[in-house]
This record gives sequence, C-alpha cells and structure tokens, in this order.
Amino acid sequence: MTPEQPRTLFDKIWDAHEAVPAGPDHPAVIYVDTHLIHEVTSPQAFALLRKRGLRVRRPDRTWATVDHSIPTRFVEGRPAFLNRATRNQVQTLERNCEEHGVPLFRMGDPGQGIVHVIGPELGLTQPGRTIVCGDSHTSTHGAFGAWAFGIGTTEVAQVLATQCLLQERPRTLGIEISGRLGAGVSAKDLILGVIRRFGVAAGRGHVIEYRGGAVRALDMEARMTLCNMSIEAGARAGLIAPDETTFAYLEGREHVPSGDAFAGLVARWRRLPTDEGAAFDRLLSFDAGSLEPMVTWGTNPGMSCGISEAVPAPADAEERAALDYMGIEAGRPLLGRPADVVFIGSCTNARISDLRAAARVLAGRRTNPATQLLVVPGSAKVRRQAEAEGLDEVFRSAGAEWRAPGCSMCIAMNGDRLSPKELAVSTSNRNFEGRQGPGGRTVLASPVTAAASALAGAVADPRPFLQD
Amino acid sequence: MHPVARIASRTVVLPADNVDTDQIIPARFLTGTRTDGLGASLFADWRRDRAGALRPEFPLNRPEAEGARILVAGANFGCGSSREHAPWALADHGFAAVVSPSIADIFKGNAVRNGLVPVEIEPSAHRQLVSRPGAEIVIDVEAGTVSLPDGGSARFELPPFARRCLLTGRGPLDFLLEQEPAILRYEQGKDDAAEAP
Repeated sequence: MTPEQPRTLFDKIWDAHEAVPAGPDHPAVIYVDTHLIHEVTSPQAFALLRKRGLRVRRPDRTWATVDHSIPTRFVEGRPAFLNRATRNQVQTLERNCEEHGVPLFRMGDPGQGIVHVIGPELGLTQPGRTIVCGDSHTSTHGAFGAWAFGIGTTEVAQVLATQCLLQERPRTLGIEISGRLGAGVSAKDLILGVIRRFGVAAGRGHVIEYRGGAVRALDMEARMTLCNMSIEAGARAGLIAPDETTFAYLEGREHVPSGDAFAGLVARWRRLPTDEGAAFDRLLSFDAGSLEPMVTWGTNPGMSCGISEAVPAPADAEERAALDYMGIEAGRPLLGRPADVVFIGSCTNARISDLRAAARVLAGRRTNPATQLLVVPGSAKVRRQAEAEGLDEVFRSAGAEWRAPGCSMCIAMNGDRLSPKELAVSTSNRNFEGRQGPGGRTVLASPVTAAASALAGAVADPRPFLQD
Repeated sequence: MHPVARIASRTVVLPADNVDTDQIIPARFLTGTRTDGLGASLFADWRRDRAGALRPEFPLNRPEAEGARILVAGANFGCGSSREHAPWALADHGFAAVVSPSIADIFKGNAVRNGLVPVEIEPSAHRQLVSRPGAEIVIDVEAGTVSLPDGGSARFELPPFARRCLLTGRGPLDFLLEQEPAILRYEQGKDDAAEAP
C-alpha cells in the first residue's frame, strides 16, 4: 500500500504495528503496545512461561489488576472471597507479577478497578496504540482510536514472552450513525439498537469503526460504552477516531506526557482518523434519533426492543427457547415486569458519568423494597469521585448497596449472583443464560433505566424520572 | 498440543445458533489455575439439572454420544467471552473438532491453539450433518475436507499457518520466539520517547 492511498484509522494502526509483515506461510507479527492482565485468564499463561523457561519480555508495557473474581464486600474489614479458589487466583497473580516485575493494582490500591475502566483512567489507553487483554471487552479501549481486542490465554503467554501476536488481517466495517439521541437515551441504548438491527454476528471477521455525527457528539465515557459491546456484535474490536473530546480527556492523566510532549502526541494523533475516500470492506448506517430506551427480552444481546414496544413474537426456535428461559411472553412490553435485582456496574456502565446518571434518577427517592439494588463502581478512582460528589449517599439513602470496585454480578464469579429464575435489570453487557448466576434472568439496560426499575421494582421507563 | 491430521468419528449434534462460551463453560468454573480437568464442566448447565443429575435428553448425554470426537454446532458458535477455558473444556471432554456454518473469531483462534479443529462448512452440508446425528464422518485437516453422510464431501478453509499448527502440533509461540531479532529491530525503530507505554 503506497502512502498516498487513503487509509482507514484501522489501516494506519495496523501498518504502524507490523513488526514482521505477513508471509506466504504465516500471518503478520503485530507488536502490542500495552498488555493488560487480570487474575482469571493469566495464571495458565504464566505457567506456560515457567514451563518454557521464559520471562516477561516487557514488564514496562504490562499492567495487572484484579477484578473478575474478587469480592465487592468486606466482612470485618477483610475481603469476603467466595472460596479458596478465587482467593488463590488473586494470590497467584500477585506471585506472578512479583516474580516478573509486572506492576499490579491490588485490592484496596487507589488505582485498582475493572481492567477496561482503569486503562483509560490512567492514560494507558491512547490513540493509535495496540492494546490487548485476556478479556473480550478489551474492545472498550477502541473509543480512543486504539486497536484493542480480547485474546485467549495462550495468546496472553505469547504477548508476555514476545510482546507480539500473529494476526490475520481483519476486514473493516464502517457503521455510520446519524441523528441525535433523545432525552433519557444513552450510548447503551445505541449499541443495543445497533446489535438488534445488524445482529450478534454482524461484525465477525471485522474491526468496526463507529462514525458520524451521533458518535462525535458522545463524550469519552459514552464512547467507551459503545465500543465495549462491539464483541456483542461479533467484532473483536470497535474504534472511534480520536478528536478534541479524546485529547481533552487524556490531557493530564498519569501516563500521558504533558507540555510539548503532549502537543507532539496530539499532532500525531490528528493524523489517525480515516482519510477522505478510504474504503471500508463493508458499510452500514444507523439512525440514532429513532431510538427509545432499550431493554433485552432474550438470552443474547440482539434480542431487545424499545421500552414501550411489545416484545416481538419469536421468529425461530432460538427465540422461543429464549422467551421460555426468561419466562417472558411475547406481544406486550416488558414494562412492569418485576425485578428482583438491579445491578449498576461492569466495564460497560460503571464509570462516573454512569453513576451520576443513575443518581439523578434515584436522588430523593427510595427503591422498591422487593428489589435489591447493587451499585458497583468500575474502579477505586470512580468510587472516590462518586463519594466526593456525595453519590454514595444518594445510593444508600435510596436503599442501594454501595460496593467496592470489580466485575461483580456482570460475570457472577465472586458470589454476587442471581438465584434461579430471579430477574435482574442490569447495566452489564451479556444476557446469556446463567451469566449472572445459574438459572438467572438478565434484562440489559442503561444506567437510568436500571435506576428507574429499582424505584419501580419492575422494568421501568426512565424518562418520567428525568423531567425537571 | 498434539498434531492432528485426520479425525474419524461419530458426530454429536447441538444445532442451536449463537452458543456462547458462557454455555460451553459457565464462569463459575473459571476459578482454577490449570488448563486440564475442565471437561466435567463442559455445558454444565445444559448437561445437568440444578440438583446435578444428568439430563438424559441433552445430546452429549445420550448413549450414542459416548466417545464421539466431533461436535456439530450451530452458527456463530463460541461467541461472547474470550475464555480459552471453552476449547480446553471441549478438548478435555474428548472433542477434536467443531463443525459449524460459522465460528466466532476469538473462539476459532483459541481452538486452533489447542489442537481443536474449527471446521466451517457451507449451510447445505451443515444441514445434512444436523439431520444425521451420530453419523460417522472423517475430517481431513491437510486436504480441508469433511466426508458427508450421503457420500459426498464438503470443503473447509483454514489459514495456512493455522493448518500447519494443527498438523505439526507446534503453536505460534515457537514461531514468535524465532522472530526475536525482527521484533527487537521494530521496537528500536519506534519513537520511544513518544510511544513509551
């Protein structure tokens, strides 16, 4: 490819990271700028290194945190681990990081949090970078114009040992999003709308670039929510071109240089957006203006509808099975369906803007006593910020439990989970069968819809609660 | 990882589309630190009822599934989480290949790196396999073919490197380690001041 040829944002990042171009019998060797690791998908990778007598090649490009299986509750000042296995995973990560000199954010550290919340927070997530993590929601970091994607544990070992991965070049999918989000409609509703429209496999084999006025209008945290669920559309990565919003977010962050160095970086970042006339392998368009708050009724993130819309009649056996699992009837809206639990948290929706939005709905009100409301901040920093703003008081006064940061009930590995047939309105990203506990039922929604549902004790439209 | 060139086996058919990795192995079984022993948790919430008893109607629990090494699955198999525990559990259970009209990206790569052959075939051939659970078929990794119950065969594609990994049992780590001089050259060429992590 000649330099004059117009290129997409993704093409530019790919071209800059080919340590070895593809050959006739091997894919390209792609250099990884930033590698994030956590306790659940790294122990077997370190074990492989040990077995092969290998070291972590670039501990200075590797960052570890604990998030997936850690407790969000403390009993008598001590973390209430679910069992010995989860505690052992955390201790294994501590030993591995110590042995290899990898910086680790432990429970209680001011920088600890969900891996996809702390990367951007610390300024480790920057435009143009390649970022990987043994977690499929690594796509979140694409909000900064980074190529970020989830990898398996064997790949975690490869990156630890060589700082590189073998990659077949993905195709590019441009999704042009026009229109303006209505009041009470958020980035979460937007991505649920996109997935409903194009399907859970639409992005398979592709890297998505979200484009257009509706995307430009989103703040960074909303962009992260959008990119986070790219994997729910089947794509390993989803990107948004960096712009003034991105630069303003990054300026002054711990791992972002300041002064002239920052200006130099910004000048480079400005060259990243897709060139005029660059070709995508596939283009789709979507109107954000037509959306209302979205809720899922089934067992994959494509099975959703507008909050006032009737749940559609099942189109096939898969949808019939989903309705059956959820105990939901087609033909009428989900509104009013009792909620046992409301979960506000996860790498999708546990940043400060998400908590502020939820608090706005909850302020001065009480949750329905039949509904448990769990608010789990995405990081220690988000937790401190929320407490500085008094949001924790709003949540507690409303009847919520205010927890320590972690993945919590999004993945239900730590004991925060639903009982069989319980229904949660959840700001997380997956409504798969059993995702939030065996037999549990998940309705995915935005933070304001979740908060409104906690007040009503049932799936509720947030918009009446947002009128001043 | 063991070399795999040819798999001759009966099939087990699980026709649902969009089977996600949370179904293949639920998250509560990810608390270990080893890659082996996960077969017992494969499809845990579909294979067993809440009391832990096997559900006899689930395809993997039928007598004819015993010893079968080929799983015929629906479209977009392995979507969702990147957990490599999914192919670990399938392989530990005894599966050597997954045959589907389409397999999710992350799962597909994870499968290859564990010697589990991802076989994507066209829908008509797939329909034939779905309609004949327990059929004896042969997957030829080198030729990229699957024999079908009606006597015909279907082709499947694998990137050349993935095919070589499967045939030799040698994963990408060895290849990457051999690239060290080139990786070092690339790294030194990066503008370290601006690019420092």
